[in-house]
Amino acid sequence: MAQDPIAIKGIRQGLLITLGEGPWDALMEALERRLEKGAAFFRGGRAALDVGPRPLDEAQIRQTRDLLARYGVDLWAVRGTAEATIVATVRAGLSPLLAPEGATGGAEPSEQEETPPVPAGGLVVERTVRSGQRIEHPGDVIVIGDVHAGAEIVAGRHVIVWGKLHGVVHAGALGDESAVVCALDLAPTQLRIADHIARSPEERRRRPVPEMARVRHGRIEAVPWPHR
Amino acid sequence: MSARVITITSGKGGVGKTTVTANLGVALAMRGQRVVTIDADIGLRNLDVMLGLENRIVYDLVDVVEGRCRLRQALVRDKRLQELYLLPAAQTRDKSALRAEDMVRVCNELRESFDFLLIDSPAGIEQGFRNAVAPADEVLIVTNPEVAAVRDADRVIGLIEAEGKGPARLIINRLKPELVRRGDMLDTSAVLELLAIDLIGIIPEDETVIVAANTGRPVAFTDNSLAGRAFHNIARRLMGEEVPFAPIKEPGFLGRIFRWMRSEGEEQR
Repeated sequence: MAQDPIAIKGIRQGLLITLGEGPWDALMEALERRLEKGAAFFRGGRAALDVGPRPLDEAQIRQTRDLLARYGVDLWAVRGTAEATIVATVRAGLSPLLAPEGATGGAEPSEQEETPPVPAGGLVVERTVRSGQRIEHPGDVIVIGDVHAGAEIVAGRHVIVWGKLHGVVHAGALGDESAVVCALDLAPTQLRIADHIARSPEERRRRPVPEMARVRHGRIEAVPWPHR
Repeated sequence: MSARVITITSGKGGVGKTTVTANLGVALAMRGQRVVTIDADIGLRNLDVMLGLENRIVYDLVDVVEGRCRLRQALVRDKRLQELYLLPAAQTRDKSALRAEDMVRVCNELRESFDFLLIDSPAGIEQGFRNAVAPADEVLIVTNPEVAAVRDADRVIGLIEAEGKGPARLIINRLKPELVRRGDMLDTSAVLELLAIDLIGIIPEDETVIVAANTGRPVAFTDNSLAGRAFHNIARRLMGEEVPFAPIKEPGFLGRIFRWMRSEGEEQR
């Protein structure tokens, strides 16, 4: 048999299950075998799924969640780089990010207590958000489209913009410092995470790259997205 | 036969809504369409002046709505074009004299007998704007290639989308090719990228437009000005014709090289 397409490791937020190459049904079977083998180990845990560039639909996410649930594992997040995966993840009521990202490295100790849980569930906005429009949601906000200058996005948790982000954005608006803001073109008029405020650099880049803004050491910083 | 109701709006004032309405009315009527231009800017009427019909007004839109005359009596026929009419605004009242339902009712009454109803919206996003947009089948947004005008246009496009009146189409007015070439003015592609809607026309800056507005003879009457031709192109596109966008002297090859070199230089600083 070839190399196991399923990799499982521990991260700070529980388990991280990485799906490799191969047809979907084979992956599901392989995952079930792993769960059977270590049933006692898995029971009662929570897991995040990393699917890489593979596009998943909502049915596949629900299928995975149900499979894990049968072995007592609570699926809470799906990380993928395809637009379809992100939308389907939010639709299925799961988190599209493992925040704070990079926590697997364990480079720095957790600075604060876990923030109180924010109501789960994301809001998917599939249109251009224009000047004067404000979108407010206690969970994640995912915009498939552009956020124009003069528009505002306020989210209790993460904000992901699959397009240009030129307006004002506030992630973790209820005080969650682990919230992040991701965009294909991250150039907001103003960016806030919890109580931190940042502005974009004055000069515009000519070729935007996807970026993620997060709070590190009490400051907002932007890193390439997806971030490993 | 039922007319298409097209509202011309912008958000920001002074970008040329009334000029566009007057000229499109003229251009469409010259192409054999039966047109009513409707001035919805109650209290600040201008459309009559631009069309040179000010001294022929007897009744106005508010008189119609308040029952002082029949709709037909308020229509002012153009002195040059048989099929061009003006429904003037009241100058002595304000926006509160009209409700959205009134506009819808007036337009429905006119629909039967005409091909196009062009509504000149007031600036802003308040009641007057809402009245003007309420009866619209289609909306044209007028903007100038300036950041403030584009920002207001974006706001209005959002409101129109929320009303389910979209997709609005864009007219870029007063484009100065010279400034664009020097890189000192937003060019067409920058405006379209900012607003993400379809373009229906570009009107170059043209002094004859101002002269024409002051004399009550819109440039669309003559075919020898750049702006007049641009208005006729929009009219043709409204009538379903495919008219290519003639380049209004966008930067040439050398200009592009120059601009590229300059932006490179700026990045290194």
